Amino acid sequence: MNRKRISLRQELPLLVWLVFVWGALWQNFSPGNLLFGALIAVLVARIFYLPPVELGGRFNVLRAVPFALVFLGKVVAASFQVMYLAVVRGPDVVSAIVAVPLRSHSDLLVTATGHVISLIPGSLVVEVDRSTSTLYIHGINVRNAEDAAKLRKEVRDTEAGLIRIMGTRDELSALTQEIAA
Amino acid sequence: MNPDTVIDAVSGVFMVTGALMSLAAAIGLLRFPDLMSRMHAATKPQVLGLFLLLAALGLQMRTWSVWPVLLVAWLFQLLTVPVSAHMVGRAGYRTKHLHPELLSSDELEAIVQRAAQKAARQAATHGADDDEAGR
Repeated sequence: MNRKRISLRQELPLLVWLVFVWGALWQNFSPGNLLFGALIAVLVARIFYLPPVELGGRFNVLRAVPFALVFLGKVVAASFQVMYLAVVRGPDVVSAIVAVPLRSHSDLLVTATGHVISLIPGSLVVEVDRSTSTLYIHGINVRNAEDAAKLRKEVRDTEAGLIRIMGTRDELSALTQEIAA
Repeated sequence: MNPDTVIDAVSGVFMVTGALMSLAAAIGLLRFPDLMSRMHAATKPQVLGLFLLLAALGLQMRTWSVWPVLLVAWLFQLLTVPVSAHMVGRAGYRTKHLHPELLSSDELEAIVQRAAQKAARQAATHGADDDEAGR
């Protein structure tokens, strides 16, 4: 194996997650079980080696908690919205496919934005253009240009929230400049 | 009111709402006109419905040790549902499983057509090259 090893610090989030899954599956968080889980996590990470996820180098917990709560609220709102549309509008629902250029070119942020967007009201990622980091989003109940603009703003705001949580410092300063301007 | 009654009441509400969400997903699959709006119905209410049912389960088990495994189950759902919806939606778009008259605008169409034309042109020139090589 001559592939470049990544540092333990970069691999740590993955290992912690694997140990947590191990403990959760056994429903046993005793030190012995966790130690054995850690051993297996290291083995798995060595044998089934995947390209490392490039983290932004920072994680803001104070921003992440409100973001997660707002996200949960939006999932609830989205579900009731889809239920309303399914029962009341049904076959007559009008949609649109909207292109939304993102600020960030990091794979992690584009993926995270796509995931969050797919779960909050009225949007679904149809296509991703990685070279320009543009998301093509299918919005349900988008009847005119005004609705499309609203959807575009929603996606950009979601991305801004994610950059505040885990974007790189450069992305964060670019974002603050953009908002100040 | 003792805590048990409260927990029972809360988990009862969660279960009924969760079941309602699954029903909403089913109604959506049946009533929406095209593939992509059906994918909306298959993702959102389903994720919330599972969350509510798992929460009710956690409350009824009365032990903390089940919460992590329920959390892991839900997190995996959060990670996989958008991916599968995206794959189905993408495949559906490319094979034209959609009703253009139900779209108020489509900003992807021009780009896909341009890419298809480019691919066709490349195939045509390559084909000509092959012909000349054959002669």
